[in-house]
Amino acid sequence: MGLRNFFDRIEPNFLKGGKWERYFPMYEMVESFIYTPKTVTTAAPHARSYVDMKRIMTYVVLATIPAILIGLWNTGYQVNTAMETLGASGWRASLLEGLGIGLNAANPFANFMHGLLYFLPIYITTLVVGGIWEVLFATVRRHEVNEGFLVTSMLFALIMPPDAPLWQVALGISFGVVIGKEVFGGTGKNFLNPALTGRAFLYFAYPANMSGETIWTPVDGFSGATNLAVAASDGYQEIIVRGGSWMDSFLGFVQGSIGETSTLAIFIGLAFLLITKIANWRLVVGCLAGMIAFSSLLNFIGSDTNPMFNVPWYWHLVMGGYAFGLVFMVTEPVSASHTNMGRFIYGALIGFMVVMIRVINPAFPEGMMLAILFGNVFAPLIDHFVVQANIRRRARRNV
Amino acid sequence: MEGLLSLAVKAIFVENLALSFFLGMCTFIAVSKKIQTAIGLGVSVMVVQAITVPANNLILTYLLAPGALSWAGFPDVDLTFLGLISYIGVIAALVQILEMVLDKYFPPLYNALGVFLPLITVNCAILGGSLFMVERDYNFAEATTYGLSSGFGWALAITAMAGVREKLKYSDIPDGLQGLGITFITAGLMAMAFMSFSGVKL
Repeated sequence: MGLRNFFDRIEPNFLKGGKWERYFPMYEMVESFIYTPKTVTTAAPHARSYVDMKRIMTYVVLATIPAILIGLWNTGYQVNTAMETLGASGWRASLLEGLGIGLNAANPFANFMHGLLYFLPIYITTLVVGGIWEVLFATVRRHEVNEGFLVTSMLFALIMPPDAPLWQVALGISFGVVIGKEVFGGTGKNFLNPALTGRAFLYFAYPANMSGETIWTPVDGFSGATNLAVAASDGYQEIIVRGGSWMDSFLGFVQGSIGETSTLAIFIGLAFLLITKIANWRLVVGCLAGMIAFSSLLNFIGSDTNPMFNVPWYWHLVMGGYAFGLVFMVTEPVSASHTNMGRFIYGALIGFMVVMIRVINPAFPEGMMLAILFGNVFAPLIDHFVVQANIRRRARRNV
Repeated sequence: MEGLLSLAVKAIFVENLALSFFLGMCTFIAVSKKIQTAIGLGVSVMVVQAITVPANNLILTYLLAPGALSWAGFPDVDLTFLGLISYIGVIAALVQILEMVLDKYFPPLYNALGVFLPLITVNCAILGGSLFMVERDYNFAEATTYGLSSGFGWALAITAMAGVREKLKYSDIPDGLQGLGITFITAGLMAMAFMSFSGVKL
């Protein structure tokens, strides 16, 4: 227990009247990161629960691990496959060859390491830049830094394309943390998902680096559209013609952002979140139902000019960021609706919007990000009407 | 009919007066503290918009447009330079009538809206609706649809804004940003979410 003793010894310096009083948030961050926080609720109402914020946030990070592992492997696999025909380039390839790992696409370890070399710079940039903002705001505004930032930074790094310029990553996470969260007072007080706010900001500010055909596999001269882009231009049958399959999409061997390609890995995370009751199943069910109902309706209507009308729901499920958004962003408790009935409606609204944007809006092939932000905007309103309806119903019962 | 439907969807979501043209910001920001009041104001904007845009359309077609006065024997007269003042006059008159109706039949709403009801007269969203109608050459049916649906879009935006602001009551906003500052940031973030519709072709 040497570490505990160390913390206990230095703690008085950070408490009120101590010489480093100003830096209490930083001390608290490190201490509560390593040990369970000692503080408990002092004022009523009391609710006994084994779940606190630290546990929620840590579990969400744990739930992303399968998606990270497969995402890293897939990023490296796509790059190594492309390099077999286009030739190796870049410092990452030189480093891997220098270390003797090689660039063999059939070697899972080589793929994994290559993916890691793309993921780590993005993730480290996110952590450092976002972390500086967090600590800055926490110190100046005297609130605590908490594990929520670990979730935001992990999710943000996972929805970036592998080749994103690092200064844009830094800019995006700055916007997400500062404008999306800190100006409202920090974790739990924002109304939009911070990671998505940053991503959407980058998307509108630098569309050339955030969408298109060349960014998903960062090899010079390589061009490969995501499944969604293929489906939007030629119909989803074209994906199979080009050598893809539903199973590939489900397992995650396709072009896309780092963490969002593998629906299977993401659903393993979902199972974990549902079993530990971190994610509310109503949000997931609502979002799935909205997506399935609206895409089936569009299948039924059909269209000769817009191939996206004919994409069935099980393709929508595995394409693009739908699964990732469903599991890690729709279920985010802060920006979602807070009433049980509201959760169904909120989920369904997002499910409906994602299909709407993908199918009807030719400007954006991907709709999940904007659909969730749109849902966030209406979440408080949904709650309001659910509460009002409840009040009316109970008033009628007790006339 | 299909054309009118797509015009309505476009006016509500794609070309939302508040969140993609940023019209009517003064009332949008000032009266969005409570959902109930916001709904009231949204509905009155919708009503005023639904009446003034078609009314101004009739005035344009039968009085102001070049050759519109041919029914009175002046085929060469072009009165479009009187457009602005005629539209704002119609709007002012209608808002007066609406105010009297609300005062008589819905006093709580009348009191809640307070000074903002007369301010609808100079609400840029209302005048903007009429001017868009002129610019885009809407016929009477289109003008009615546009008036109703653009008003509805504005009402939807202010209601969502009020919902978010009621939620933000529980947040801890830095001193310098409290009040208007955070409201502007909120409006901007909401506009970003509404960009999901930009580019929709109907």
